[in-house]
Amino acid sequence: MRTVFKTSYDADINYFKHGHQAFWYLLLLVFMIAIPFITDLFILGEMTNLLIWSLAGMGLMVLVGHTGQASLGHAAFLAVGCYANTLLQERLGLPFIISFPAAGVIAGLSGVLIAIPTTKLHGVYLAICTLAISILMEDIIILGEPLTGGVTGLAAPTIVIFGLEIDRYLTPDRFYWLVLFVTVITVLGYRNLLRSPLGRSFAAVRDSEVSAQAMGVNVARTKAVSFGISTAITGLAGALMGQFAGFYNNETFTIIISIQLLLMIVVGGLGTIHGAFLGAIVVTLLPPFLAIMRDLTGELFGAGSVAIPGLETAIFGGILILFILFEPMGIYGRWFKIRTYFELFPFYRRDMFRRQKSYLKTERMR
Amino acid sequence: MDILQLLISGIANGCVYGLIALGFVIIYKATEAVNFAQGDFMMLGAFVALGLTNDQFMNLPFWISVPAAIAIMGVFGYLFDMTILRRMFGQSQVAVIILTIALGFVLRFMAGFIWGHEPISLQSPIAGKDVRFGGLVLGLDEVSVIIVTVILTFGIFLFFSKSKLGVGMQAASQNQLAAYYMGIPVKRIHSLTWALSGMVAAVAGILFASKGSIEPAIGFIGIKAFAAAVIGGFGSLPGALLGGIIIGVIEPFASRFVAAGYSQVAPYLLLILILIFRPHGILSQVHQKKV
Repeated sequence: MRTVFKTSYDADINYFKHGHQAFWYLLLLVFMIAIPFITDLFILGEMTNLLIWSLAGMGLMVLVGHTGQASLGHAAFLAVGCYANTLLQERLGLPFIISFPAAGVIAGLSGVLIAIPTTKLHGVYLAICTLAISILMEDIIILGEPLTGGVTGLAAPTIVIFGLEIDRYLTPDRFYWLVLFVTVITVLGYRNLLRSPLGRSFAAVRDSEVSAQAMGVNVARTKAVSFGISTAITGLAGALMGQFAGFYNNETFTIIISIQLLLMIVVGGLGTIHGAFLGAIVVTLLPPFLAIMRDLTGELFGAGSVAIPGLETAIFGGILILFILFEPMGIYGRWFKIRTYFELFPFYRRDMFRRQKSYLKTERMR
Repeated sequence: MDILQLLISGIANGCVYGLIALGFVIIYKATEAVNFAQGDFMMLGAFVALGLTNDQFMNLPFWISVPAAIAIMGVFGYLFDMTILRRMFGQSQVAVIILTIALGFVLRFMAGFIWGHEPISLQSPIAGKDVRFGGLVLGLDEVSVIIVTVILTFGIFLFFSKSKLGVGMQAASQNQLAAYYMGIPVKRIHSLTWALSGMVAAVAGILFASKGSIEPAIGFIGIKAFAAAVIGGFGSLPGALLGGIIIGVIEPFASRFVAAGYSQVAPYLLLILILIFRPHGILSQVHQKKV
């Protein structure tokens, strides 16, 4: 176990706890940058997809993991970001370098707009409200046909940054680096947010609204800001998702995507940035893994590979149930426990991470 | 006359939403948890009844398979709480929401695997017959849906307000710890609540399947039932029925009088408006939390 001597107050909020940690993360970054040189196109595509999902997961993590507000409607903001990005490029002729951040801002503003009346709601009510927004969004896209193309959908234009063409199919490596760049910037921003007063007021609201209020945190404003930041990041992810898919319509961003996003960050581990990435790994690698398994079993039993509809979501649901029952902290929580076990060996106790149980009291009178 | 028929078929539809919403409300009232898989419970109940009754499956008489399906769903609800939810005792509400969403995925897959993804309708004696009141022609299925729903809601309302078990359920949700001290077996009461809600879901499923056809993805109408429960005021039994009927009536009228494309938006728009302006529903039961 490494003991870090804290010689200044900054040591508590530094990006890295110590040099070794910085070294490993740097190594990971170098590896991620080098991926287009060492893998084939299929894996590169999967990695791009993974990074985009992690970005969306980070967006939702701000809201669910750090502010404690459940949202089942984030696919709606993926859609906002995606459509805004394409429309700004095609209708207004803006370059990607402007339309992309603008898409994030538009998604963020629409999130704040929705957050203002819903900050009164919490728990179940907020979940249902965002669920309704996600369903409405599909209809809004159909109704806004002159702008959104309705059922026919839109095609994402080729990105041009300073004369450099970035296309998902023609230059997948450039597109990958673009996504990686956005992801790294977002992670740095996210880390910075968490160590700022705003980020800590998020956590205060999550842990107890009443005590946060007592400490002088404006709960309604904090929730609205959290919603805005969360939907802005999600909007950026949506814009990239649109560019990645190349073509999308009202059925690209369904309620299922919303739910899958939420399930993803729960499996990964709520309240940690790592959780968004680990969850994205599970979500994006599960379908190809299942396809490979299906082919293998098909060969073993002599039957052809039969597609069973709904199998992926069902297996994902099963994994999730197991996680909530046995490891509510997600994959990252399990990793953290294992690491602590070895760091403290032989002093690790079983109930070290046991959370205090709370007994329910209702707010209803009858 | 046309409007009246539209109204009655709307009410019949709304009663099914109301019944699913009733399932939510029962669980919410007694355990303070929210079952996002209630729509899938209904779907499962319908498929169990269908699997027992229809001639391509087990071909049992309708009046035997209906109580059997209700009982099976009751046992299913009880076991679900006993084996899975009891382990989560004391965890947050959001964890239960996520768990039940995941359960919904699993149930949908299982139903599709066992009974297929084609829409099937239940071969019930109430399907496809007419009742005449003067010049008014009503489907027997619609009339029986309305009657069963009203009786069931009234019965459950009485159960919660009068019976010892019902009052115990309410006590268990008001304050779990205090209920323990008063000698209420909170855990068993939770399981019984889930059993009750499973039974209500089975009734809803049977009625729905005799009115039209069902498929595994039909559980998504649970979202409309959510809207119903919220509009009525989460935690209020008559409110759930009222909300269900409002949603059920708005739908056919909106599709009749509002331009196509805008009509299916109506229930959700109403839900969001209610949440913004009267967050705790029409028959509100929530009071400001005091520190």
